[in-house]
Amino acid sequence: MHGVDANAPPTKGPDAGSRFRGFHEVSIPDTGQRIACAPGENILRAMERLNLRLIPVGCRGGGCGVCRIRVRCGKYVTRRMSRIHVSAADEAAGIALACCLMPQGDLEIEVLGSGTSNPMSTVNPLQG
Amino acid sequence: MAQSAVIRPGHVCLRVLDLEAAVRHYRDRVGLLEIERDSEGRVYLKGWDEQDWFSVVLREADHPGMDFLGFKVLGTDALARLESDLNAWGCVTERMPAGELRHCGERVRFQLPTGHVVELYAQKDFMGNGLGRVNPDPWLEGVKGMQAQRFDHCLLYGRDIDGNIALLRDVLKFDLTEKVVDGELVVAAFLSCSNKAHDIAFVRHAEDGKFHHASFLLGTWEEVLRAADIIAMHDISLDLGPTRHGITRGRTIYFFDPSGNRNEVFCGDYTWYPDHEPIIWTADQIGRAIFYHDRRLNENFLNVVT
Ligand code: FES
Ligand SMILES: [Fe+2]
Repeated sequence: MHGVDANAPPTKGPDAGSRFRGFHEVSIPDTGQRIACAPGENILRAMERLNLRLIPVGCRGGGCGVCRIRVRCGKYVTRRMSRIHVSAADEAAGIALACCLMPQGDLEIEVLGSGTSNPMSTVNPLQG
Repeated sequence: MAQSAVIRPGHVCLRVLDLEAAVRHYRDRVGLLEIERDSEGRVYLKGWDEQDWFSVVLREADHPGMDFLGFKVLGTDALARLESDLNAWGCVTERMPAGELRHCGERVRFQLPTGHVVELYAQKDFMGNGLGRVNPDPWLEGVKGMQAQRFDHCLLYGRDIDGNIALLRDVLKFDLTEKVVDGELVVAAFLSCSNKAHDIAFVRHAEDGKFHHASFLLGTWEEVLRAADIIAMHDISLDLGPTRHGITRGRTIYFFDPSGNRNEVFCGDYTWYPDHEPIIWTADQIGRAIFYHDRRLNENFLNVVT
């Protein structure tokens, strides 16, 4: 790559704090954990690639809502998400589905989850 | 021969967030044939071995899930009779005009107690499976992806599944083939209108009208493994499997379409006869009932729905 070490941390520019060139750092201040997202990669995919379990994983398609998060600060884009789980007002308030959210810079987020749970989960304690 | 005037689940209409991504998924990966599109932009598809014009309809919307599930019934007389039986049972019905879905006759539409929209129809245009009816070859060449033979069933989630069971048994003459019970409480139910182990299934859930999966039939366990390869090759969102269901004995894999609607491809259930007694699973064994090998129900089976 013409003498450029893709793994070297950038020393200036908007991503100066990130570990990898072009990667965006997603931090969860409540737990102190971080996810390094590749350019164009959604948060949930990056998390799974890193073998982390910080956000619940469901359909990975913006349909089920279990990966619901709120962005406290930072720039990002989203692809279409189920309106059942993210209303227009939610969206304006920084709420999104992690499987549909591509950071455009470093982000601070909090994990919300879908907030609904099948009563069978408690009626029938999961075995193992 | 069907034991009910209802023959089979004949179509399912799914909402998707991105129509073209969904078409690529169902056509190129699941291996359904794209048949046509209508003036509302809905896309019609069918499995290669299905005789009728379509079995899957995709509609772009701002939230995924199931619009409706259609059952084919044996003739227009049966359709009219079932309509009045539904009304007598206290179920409000609505007639959808012929042609509202392309190549489909009049549909009698109603809501299950769990809020799911179900419809009955007697007529759909014949397309054939491309093999002919005289001295046919056994399978169609050139089918893509998992090569799903046909749409098979849906699993739906909602509150009053007792009401669903009563309606399907008492009015539409389905048989209850299997159920999961927690004491007196039925937490899951599997019903058949045919010789199959199930044509529709329900799981009790806090929210009504939820969609768990639409399932498509494959021929062999080897084809289920090949479907798993296709899921890996194309980086499709995998849910679980390949594995075995205790309930229905199906060999199965669960995965998601690009909008998060769950799909299943499976093979190999048993033959149901109307003189059989339902199979009962107890809630303490629900792990092996759902996922026989793991013997553990995962949270996602219960909570990831559209
Ligand atoms: S995992 Fe289902 S919406 Fe993100
Ligand atoms: Fe199924």
